[in-house]
Amino acid sequence: MSLTARHLEENGIPTVIIGSALDIVTHCGVPRFLFTDLPLGNPLGIPGDKRMQHEVVSLALTLFESATQANTVVRAKVRWSDSDDWRSRYAQIRPEDRARLAAAGEARRALRDQLKASGKVRDS
Amino acid sequence: MSHEPTRYMDRTREFYAAQGFDKAYVWAHHAHTPFQALKKPIAESRLTLITTAALYDRQATDTREVASGSMRSRPEHLYGNDLAWDRTVTHMDDLGSFFPFDPLEAAVASGTLGALTDRFHCVPTEYSQRRTVESDAPEILDRCREDGTELALLVPL
Repeated sequence: MSLTARHLEENGIPTVIIGSALDIVTHCGVPRFLFTDLPLGNPLGIPGDKRMQHEVVSLALTLFESATQANTVVRAKVRWSDSDDWRSRYAQIRPEDRARLAAAGEARRALRDQLKASGKVRDS
Repeated sequence: MSHEPTRYMDRTREFYAAQGFDKAYVWAHHAHTPFQALKKPIAESRLTLITTAALYDRQATDTREVASGSMRSRPEHLYGNDLAWDRTVTHMDDLGSFFPFDPLEAAVASGTLGALTDRFHCVPTEYSQRRTVESDAPEILDRCREDGTELALLVPL
C-alpha cells in the first residue's frame, strides 16, 4: 500500500495512509501517515467503536492539510485495551508450534511450485 | 509489558524462518519520498478510498488483481482471509474497523470534505514489489484519474 501511495503522490494526487504497521510504512517512506497502534486488521479502531473510528478518520482528513513535508507521521491517541497482551500474539512462535509451522512452510512451498507450474503465479 | 509499537518486520522474518524459508523478505525502502502539496482545501476536494481488502473471499490459489467497487451501494462485506492480520486477537466482521464508509460520508455531509468518488479501489498486496510498482499502482492511478480523484485515503489491513 505504501508503494501505491508513493505512486499516486508522484503523479499529483495527495495521499494519507491510515495503518498500524509503523515500522514497515516508515521504512518504505510515505508522504503522510496516520499511525494507529492497534492490531493488524482494524486500523480504524476497535470493532463496534464508532466514535473511535470517526475520530481516526477525522484525524486523517486533518492530516491532508496539516502536513507540509514528506514522511509526516502522526500517532493517533487510540488504545486497543487496558492490557498490552495483544502485542505478543501476532506471529507468535511457541516451542510447541515449531513442527506445525515447518509443515505449513512445506505445504506453502509445494502450493507455490504447483501454481508456478500451472502459470497462475504473477511475475515476481 | 511494552507499549512500544510492534516490530512487524522482525516478527515476520522470524515467522517465515520458522516455516523454513531461507531467504528473508526485503521490505521496500526509499531515501526520497514524494510529496504533493494540496491544490485546494479538502472541503472542495474529491476523495477516493483505497483498501487492501478484497471484494470476494479470495482463495490462496486465486490471482490477486486490482478491483473496484461502488461507493454508492455500500458493500456489506469485504474480505481478507488470504492476507496477514492479527486473527488471534480480532476479526473483520465490522466493516467500519477497516473501511471508513460512514465517517467519510459524515465528513461530506458536514462540509469537511468536498465529495467522494463513485468508486473505491482494492489494491492487491503482492510479494513482488516490481508487480506493484509497474502494474498495480499505475492501474490504480489510471482508475483515479478516470474518477477525478483529488485526494486518496489508503487504509491497509
